[in-house]
Amino acid sequence: MKRIIAKQEHCMGCGLCEVGCAVQHSKSKDPIKAYNHEYPKPISRIRLELNKPVSFAIQCRHCENAPCVVACLTGAMTRDEETGFVKHNPEKCMGCWTCIMVCPYGAIKADVSGKIVAKCDACTELSVPVCVASCPNGALECKEVTS
Amino acid sequence: MKSYLPVDFIVERDESKCIRCKVCVNQCTYETHNYDAQDDVIRSKDENCVNCQRCVTMCPTHALSIKKNLGPFRDNANWSSEVIKDIKKQAETGGVLLTGMGADKPYLTYWERLLLNASQVTNPSIDPLREPMEIRTYLGAKPDALEIEFEDGDIDLKTKLAPQLILETPIMFSAMSYGAISLNVHESLARAAMRAGTYFNTGEGGLDSRLYKYGERAIVQVASGRFGVHSSYLNAGAAIEIKIGQGAKPGIGGHLPGEKVTEDIARTRMIPVGTDALSPAPQHDIYSIEDLRQLIYALKEATNYSKPVSVKIAAVHNVAAIASGIVRAGADIIALDGVRGSTGAAPKVIRDNVGIPIELAIASVDQRLRDEGIRNKASIVAAGGFRSSGDIVKAIALGADAVYVATAALIALGCTVCQKCYTGKCPWGIATSDPWISKRVNPEIGAERLVNLLRGWSMEIKEIMGGMGINAIESLRGNRLHLRGVNMTDTELKILGVKMAGE
Repeated sequence: MKRIIAKQEHCMGCGLCEVGCAVQHSKSKDPIKAYNHEYPKPISRIRLELNKPVSFAIQCRHCENAPCVVACLTGAMTRDEETGFVKHNPEKCMGCWTCIMVCPYGAIKADVSGKIVAKCDACTELSVPVCVASCPNGALECKEVTS
Repeated sequence: MKSYLPVDFIVERDESKCIRCKVCVNQCTYETHNYDAQDDVIRSKDENCVNCQRCVTMCPTHALSIKKNLGPFRDNANWSSEVIKDIKKQAETGGVLLTGMGADKPYLTYWERLLLNASQVTNPSIDPLREPMEIRTYLGAKPDALEIEFEDGDIDLKTKLAPQLILETPIMFSAMSYGAISLNVHESLARAAMRAGTYFNTGEGGLDSRLYKYGERAIVQVASGRFGVHSSYLNAGAAIEIKIGQGAKPGIGGHLPGEKVTEDIARTRMIPVGTDALSPAPQHDIYSIEDLRQLIYALKEATNYSKPVSVKIAAVHNVAAIASGIVRAGADIIALDGVRGSTGAAPKVIRDNVGIPIELAIASVDQRLRDEGIRNKASIVAAGGFRSSGDIVKAIALGADAVYVATAALIALGCTVCQKCYTGKCPWGIATSDPWISKRVNPEIGAERLVNLLRGWSMEIKEIMGGMGINAIESLRGNRLHLRGVNMTDTELKILGVKMAGE
C-alpha cells in the first residue's frame, strides 16, 4: 500500500505543502481565489512542525489500528482495507471531536465550517498527493510500503 | 551615524496575488519580509534584500518581483552608482569591502572574441549521434616515449605509466571547501562526480568522514592552512592538489569566521569549535620551486606514488614561467585559475583587479611547456568562470586538458550569483554552514541536477567536435587552428596563438 513518508532531513520548512493541500481542498482549486476570496478559508490537512533545525510536515499516518476509527461514534471514520487509507465521511460526521482527541499525531483538525472534522484523504483522485508534488526539496515521498 | 546608502533593490509585491502564506517570510534568510498579523499583510524591508530571487522562486502565486533601484544617482560613466555606493560604505565602516563569487566586470573576458571552426565541403563533419565520439580524458604525467615488447605475439607495455585520473568528460568540479559550502553541497558534488565519471575537489577544509565513500572521485586539497590534512585524508582521494593560489584572490589567504565552524566542520578541519580558520596567504613552507618540489614529493611518498599530484595557482603575470617551474618540481597536473575565478569571500578590490584572464594563461602556459618540451609531463586544468560548453571547447582548443567548474555547478544547485556568499546566510543553502539553511540542498536532487548539466554540456562538446570533423578530444587539445579571433590586437592574437577571423 502507498504511504506518504516525511523526510525530516530534507524539510526546509517552507510550508508549500500546506499551501498545496489547502488549495487542493478548496472550492476553486486556485491559490489566489482560495486564500483571498473563499470564506471561510480552506485549511491544510498537513501541518508543518518546526523546531529549527528540525522540521517536517505531518498529516494523517493512516494507522493500521487507527484510534480514530475505533473512537468514532458515528462510523464516519473507516479504514479502506484495500488501500489501507483511513477515510472520513463528512455525511456521517457529527463534529464530536473525539477523533481529534485520540489522534496520537494531532493530524485531525476541525474543518472550515467548524462543524465536522477534516483530515488527509491521501489525494486518491490524483496520481501523486498534492503535498508530495508541492514539496520543492523531496522532503515528502509517496511510496509503496509493506506494512 | 545616518546611513547615506540607498537600497540596492526594491521588492515589489502584487497585493492582489499575495495570499499571506508566509513562504517568502520563512525563506528569506536576510529577514526582508515580515508578516504583520494585526493588519494581515506582509511588508518588505528593501534594505535587507540582496536579490537572490529565493522568495520570487518559492512564491506559489508569483506575487513577488525584485527591481533594481535605478536611482537616485545621476548617470556617470566614471562615478557609477556602484562606485559611489562603495565609497559611501567605506566612509561609514572604514573596512575592506568584501564580496563573493567571481569578478562581475565584462572587460576581462576573451571567450566572446574567440570563434570556433566547422567543416564545410573539404572535410566531412561527423554526426555524434551516429558515430562514436571520444571525450574521455586522462590527467597526469605522460611518458616521453612508450616502450613496447612483443613476445610470442603478445604485446606488453614495458614503460611504467604515471598514475592518471580518468575523466569521462573533461569537466571537473573545482575546489570548494567544507565550511565555505555546506555538507549537502559537498555530497551533491561527490555523488554527481561518481555518477558522471569525473572528480570533485574537496577544497581546503578537509573531507567529512561521511563522504570518504566518494573518495575515489575526490581530489583532496592541501592548502596553506593544512586544515583536515592527515594520512587517511590524503589516501582517501584519487589525487592530491596543493593549493598555492586562487583566481578570485591571488596572493590572499582565507578566513572562515568562527561562527561558521560548527562541530562537524571543526572535526573535519581539526580545529576547535567556533575558532576562526585562518589560511595564511602563502604556504609558509613554500618560498621557492625547490620548496614546492619537497611538498610534492612528501605527498607522493605519503601516498606511495599511487596518485597524481596537482598544483593549483592563480593565473598571474609570470604564469608561464611559474608553470614551467611547477612541472619541473614534479607536479602531474597544473591547475590554472583565471581572474574571473570565484570565491566564497574576497576583498572586492582584489577580486576585480588582480590576476589575468584564464584564456591568456592557458595559451601562454601551453605554449611555454611545449616550447620547453615538457608539455607531456603535466596536464593543464583551467578554471575561472567557465559558463558554457562553448567556453570549455575553446579552452581545450587553446591547450587545456580539462576544466574545473564551480560557479556553474552552484548555479545548477540553485545559486543566483547574488555575490553574498561571505555572509554565511545563503538563502539557497549553498554557501552556509547553518544546519537549518543547508537543508535547502537535497544531495539527491542536487546530484541529479549536476549530472544533467554535465550530460548536457558533454553532448554539446560532442556536437561541436562533430561539426569540426573531430572524433576524439585528443585531436582538439591545443588545436588552435580551430579557433579564430575577432576584435583583438595583434599582441592578443599572438599570445593566444590564434589567427584573426578571415585569415
